[in-house]
Amino acid sequence: MPADPRGVLTGSHFLDGDHAACEGALAAGARFAAGYPITPSTEVVERYASRAPLVGGTFIQLEDELAASIAIQGAAWAGAKAFTVTSGPGFSLMMEHIGLAAMTETPCVFINVQRGGPSTGLPTLPAQADMMQVKWGSHGDYYVIAVCPSSPQECFDLTIKAFNLSEKYRVPVFVMLDEVVGHMTEKVVIPPADQIEVEPRHFTAKKPGEYKPFEADALGIPEMVKAGDGYNIHITGLTHDDRGYPNMSPPMQDKLVKRLRSKIIDNAEKIWMYEEQDIAGAEVVVVCYGITARVAQRAIDMAKEKGVKVGKFRLITAWPFPDKPIRELAARVKAFVVPELNLGQMVQEVERAVAGKAKTVLVPHAGGSVHRPEDILKAIMEVAR
Amino acid sequence: MARGSVSIVVERCKACGFCVEFCPTKVLALSSAFNSKGYHPPHMVAPDKCSGCDLCGMYCPDFAIHGYRLPKEAEGAEPPKAAQAESKEANDAR
Amino acid sequence: MSDCQLACPANPSEQFLRSERIPHIWCPGCGIGTTVNCFTRALLESKVDRSKLVVVSGIGCTGRVAGYVDLDSFHTTHGRAIPFATGLKMANPKLNVVVYSGDGDLFAIGGNHLIHAARRNVDLKVICVNNMIYAMTGGQTAPTTPDDVTTSTAPFGTYDPAFNLPYLVEAAGACYVARWTTYHVRQLAISMKEMFSKKGFSFIEILSPCPTLYQRRNKMGDGLDAMKFYKDHSKIKHGCPTSEVALSKSGEIVLGKFVDRERPDYQEMMNHHLQEELGSRYVEMKEEALCS
Repeated sequence: MPADPRGVLTGSHFLDGDHAACEGALAAGARFAAGYPITPSTEVVERYASRAPLVGGTFIQLEDELAASIAIQGAAWAGAKAFTVTSGPGFSLMMEHIGLAAMTETPCVFINVQRGGPSTGLPTLPAQADMMQVKWGSHGDYYVIAVCPSSPQECFDLTIKAFNLSEKYRVPVFVMLDEVVGHMTEKVVIPPADQIEVEPRHFTAKKPGEYKPFEADALGIPEMVKAGDGYNIHITGLTHDDRGYPNMSPPMQDKLVKRLRSKIIDNAEKIWMYEEQDIAGAEVVVVCYGITARVAQRAIDMAKEKGVKVGKFRLITAWPFPDKPIRELAARVKAFVVPELNLGQMVQEVERAVAGKAKTVLVPHAGGSVHRPEDILKAIMEVAR
Repeated sequence: MARGSVSIVVERCKACGFCVEFCPTKVLALSSAFNSKGYHPPHMVAPDKCSGCDLCGMYCPDFAIHGYRLPKEAEGAEPPKAAQAESKEANDAR
Repeated sequence: MSDCQLACPANPSEQFLRSERIPHIWCPGCGIGTTVNCFTRALLESKVDRSKLVVVSGIGCTGRVAGYVDLDSFHTTHGRAIPFATGLKMANPKLNVVVYSGDGDLFAIGGNHLIHAARRNVDLKVICVNNMIYAMTGGQTAPTTPDDVTTSTAPFGTYDPAFNLPYLVEAAGACYVARWTTYHVRQLAISMKEMFSKKGFSFIEILSPCPTLYQRRNKMGDGLDAMKFYKDHSKIKHGCPTSEVALSKSGEIVLGKFVDRERPDYQEMMNHHLQEELGSRYVEMKEEALCS
């Protein structure tokens, strides 16, 4: 369905990624946000605080990230599209509630503007070091969707996409910015509302008594309701049956957790987003995401000037990881070069997909700035030999 | 003479003793019978003293008993035997 | 169908229960079920719109209440029922949101959220069952456990001072504060009913026995012994200053309605202020902002 025009700031703007992400949320129909200040993400909610009252939304700054990450779930069950925003230390605090959202299949969006870690780390400087955490940070086997914008324009576009995926798959979705993308100012074009596709919440047509909050459809996804509509739902983080009633037995655990997995993994091909450039005939493929993809482009151009047949595989969805296209590529290329602003996170997924069929070289960076293109070029040239 | 009576769901009772102790007119006592869990559910030992105040119902943590007022015509008639539902539905659901 | 169903009205609590899940998990002599009876009586008396009533609980024995009531109910994470409830309420102010949880859940791990929601006067009805212990996990010390009792994490006896819950909640800003016990069922039901028509952060503390852990470990008898203790040691003092209602292992239990004041609730304050600042530009969040 088209976006609600009241939330769409149609026009050509000069915005940084944080601000663009906020506009993306508003365009997607987000009318509730809860947050807690943390550099370098705070601007997202600061903007939301000034925009929401003008478009019929609500913002509340809560006492900590634990509160923010669960308040958005309460708002979601009241019927709102809701999101929260944070960075590394706050993201760590949100882990329990990320698990709750995954377990209760609550549609909501988390925006993480990544910064140097671990711990307090580098509050004002970039990293991409929460990439594994988004998949594995909460306890238990849970499966979520994470997207990585590489520009303020993508911060706008992918935030809308995140809300849409969240509604479609009844799952928390993560927009993984980094401090550079969040704080760089670029042109952001916001189209008219009727050109923005927004996924409506998949409410059930079943009557109270017939509806079960965790009864999956053919794709493994249950329909939604909201509190106050007379369905008398029970939602719990305990292992539960289709009715939502606690059932803490091994067979129920097996059934539920495997469905939560297949809901995402079996639908992965529909969820994957990636950008391929000059892949046909490439000898070396640079697998990159976020701001690093912008830097890698420079390295790729320099390598091409030196005659190397180098392609780019840009991850837009980091999770579920697009292993199948990488696996297929591995049969045809000599090597993958994986630059990331961490000491090796998404490279592990690349290695898993490649399964030794080609070389995989990590270009690590502990964080605090972006790579020097020369460092990525060096890695490309070494494997191209 | 009884103005009220009680209804007991025997299978839910855990014999905590609240209803017996706090009935204002001492209508109830734990019986010598057992439910399937081995608890002694209460029974009315002085049914004509029941006013149907439902204090037993408010106290019961297990939703196993409640009191009710008898319709006016029944007052003075032979008090009904305390209804003892075996709660088959509860058993079947498990 | 037995004779019972034909001759007598149903238990008033039954219509609010997920009967297929009864018998529940609470121990013999536990008072949580008793509080649920008072809750259901209060719902009936106050004619609250059942479809708009939402129960949010945390983790613990009292947290299991959410799973037994046939209402929109949410069994959330330990200590975080209040922020979840805040999100529900702020997104749809038409919902009547009750937080039903235990002393440890609300005042230890959840303490921060409780004081901020009270400070803001978020329109939540908080029912706190205080059994002075962490029961579900096997009987550990809670912030309400009195001095000199044995718990599983204080095998030589407690020496942590205990919170005075009404005092804390009043200081944080609550507009309705009361305390009852599971012995005082009629007063408790009336208090809950009053709470439903109160706007703002409302709080009722209910002393309740934990026979299996607290009572047994401290040779205090069973649930019935605790109930008799409440009966013999309680003193109703409406309006008593909350600084004077602290509990102890075997001292006087002060009960009653301690605080009942009028303050605009958070939603009112927010709307009023934004209306003043923005005038006609302010768009209050209404139901059409929600997905449909």
